[in-house]
Amino acid sequence: MCATNLEPEPGTSSSPSRRDFLFKFGLALNVIGAALVGIPVIGYILAPARRLGGQSWIKLGPSAKFPEGETRLAIYENPFRVEWDGDSSKVACWVRHVEGGRFQVFAVNCAHLGCPVRWFPQSRLFLCPCHGGAYYEDGSRASGPPPRGLFEYEYEVRDGQLWVRGGQLPTLAGQV
Amino acid sequence: MALFRRVGRWLEERTGLEAAVAPVLAHRVPRSSASWWYVFGSATLTLFLLQIATGICLALVYVPSADKAYDSLLYLNDVAPLGWFLRALHFWGSNAMVAVMTLHMIQVFLFGAHKYPREMTWIAGVFLFLCTLGMAFTGQVLRWDQDAYWGLGISASIAARSPVIGDSLVHVLLGGPIIAGRTLSRFFTVHVFLVPGLLIGLVGLHIWLVLRLGINEWPMPGRVVDRNTYRQRYEEEVGRDGVPFFPDAARKDMVAAGVVILVVLACAALFGPLGPGGVPDPTIIDTTPKPDFYFLALFALFALLPPWTETTLLLVGPPLAIGLLFLVPFIAGTGEKSWKRRPVAVLGVILIVLTVTTLAWLGVIVPWSPRMQAWSAVPTPVQYIKGRSPLELQGALVLQNKQCRNCHSLAGQGGSRGPALDGVATRLTRDQLARQILQGGGNMPAYGKNLSPAEVNAAVAFMETLKQSGEPPARNTAAPRSPARP
Repeated sequence: MCATNLEPEPGTSSSPSRRDFLFKFGLALNVIGAALVGIPVIGYILAPARRLGGQSWIKLGPSAKFPEGETRLAIYENPFRVEWDGDSSKVACWVRHVEGGRFQVFAVNCAHLGCPVRWFPQSRLFLCPCHGGAYYEDGSRASGPPPRGLFEYEYEVRDGQLWVRGGQLPTLAGQV
Repeated sequence: MALFRRVGRWLEERTGLEAAVAPVLAHRVPRSSASWWYVFGSATLTLFLLQIATGICLALVYVPSADKAYDSLLYLNDVAPLGWFLRALHFWGSNAMVAVMTLHMIQVFLFGAHKYPREMTWIAGVFLFLCTLGMAFTGQVLRWDQDAYWGLGISASIAARSPVIGDSLVHVLLGGPIIAGRTLSRFFTVHVFLVPGLLIGLVGLHIWLVLRLGINEWPMPGRVVDRNTYRQRYEEEVGRDGVPFFPDAARKDMVAAGVVILVVLACAALFGPLGPGGVPDPTIIDTTPKPDFYFLALFALFALLPPWTETTLLLVGPPLAIGLLFLVPFIAGTGEKSWKRRPVAVLGVILIVLTVTTLAWLGVIVPWSPRMQAWSAVPTPVQYIKGRSPLELQGALVLQNKQCRNCHSLAGQGGSRGPALDGVATRLTRDQLARQILQGGGNMPAYGKNLSPAEVNAAVAFMETLKQSGEPPARNTAAPRSPARP
């Protein structure tokens, strides 16, 4: 009979162990595939957790721009910006020239929930518009819900220029 | 007509869609469920479809890039034909979706629909609720304006309070070191791909479960849910006295869906789109950030919680509340379904609704926020200046110039962070006034270093006049009255 020479119908004549192997092999291939796709995908999504960039020294301009005894708003570009950030890469900070080249530089973000605090030179207070946090001129907490004083930048005066160290959104978990 | 029928037969032979869908549409439901109370679920689904349609339209024009998003929103509002209307529909549709979904949730809870065997339907529903709130928040971020920017700042500050992973969480949320281009791209993806995909899957599961388990019958007091008998009794009732879902029960759903869509259309046409507000330039710090209404209650809670409880309650509260929602069908999965026999359930709903609306209302009037312009924009009321001595007038000036009015009102004008100063002279003595100014206390900063003695003196002199004529001034009850006081 020539019928015996024909190819066996798929799936009928292979031995149980071969079918079993094929199933397990298929499963293993797919698990490997899923892992090889999944690991880079998760890594890609969680990549920013590793603090892109960290901190960098940023020039705020000539220290003479900040007269003694006054607190003024200064603006810089975040050093870790991308082309398409637009205005959002600009960062504001409060510069207080205490006296004789001694400075304090504060983030505008309230330590409570990050709203921008405003300086009132008449009463020498920073006030937050969101939940009414208040800070004294040296950045220490005066009243309201903030759990601490304003976030402060590390600064340096080099060749008459005021530099600060920053680059991150300041929160209770991480400084500027 | 004959051609029509032939095409129909040809399609049906190839697809079998009619044979698959017709029995689903005609499946029998309890007669009692063909009620106006049962329309909120389908109305929510209708609104979801509206959001998909209008959202796709907006994505045709919107540019999810931090430097261009704001301009593309203005372009949608002012230039793109009917762009303003599509934005308005999407905005009012989202408000309606949150509102109608909340009504649906309250209704199914009060009607005991979460009980056996519909626990999974409730759980899928809670996920749908959370996803919809997620859409509301991420949508507010895509309206890339000042409120969106500072709203993200608030979210990051909350995330930062998580122990150990706080910092990483902030950076994963923002997609970078600060709120900027990478942040907007992230939120765009979540709002347009991730959550809508989840929502579509969950809606499918939710509807599948409704079809599999049947629509909840009208709860009758005394008809107690028992795991052993419920399904049999339900089948019997539907078999005896059921009506086909389509068209008997669907009629009211169709009317409700139509009304909801027309209301959204009317709101969109009458009130237009919301925003965008101020340009998203973080160096413009003269701003008063406020969330959209869904999150006003939460915003209010931040102001009212005592600071030392805040972090704990922020981190424990929401997971606890959400966990409780998921557990509802397991806490009370059997027993009475009727709200008439479930006083705790009814009281719980009333309590939650009252709390959330009160907090949201406080979030609208924000009594805790200083009025940042009050000191220079709100004059001292004339009646408090007439006939005052030069020293007292000088004190009135101190009250204006030192921003006291940002927190303290006079004649109803000014901030309400601190107590109104009308009548303060009847509450505090001269010494107490001076002490409060110098040392602060309560929510008031100490002004000791920031005011000269002369300024304090003048301010106290002025405040001593702040009472109705004829009212006695406050006096120190602790010390015996000294007759020889000069």
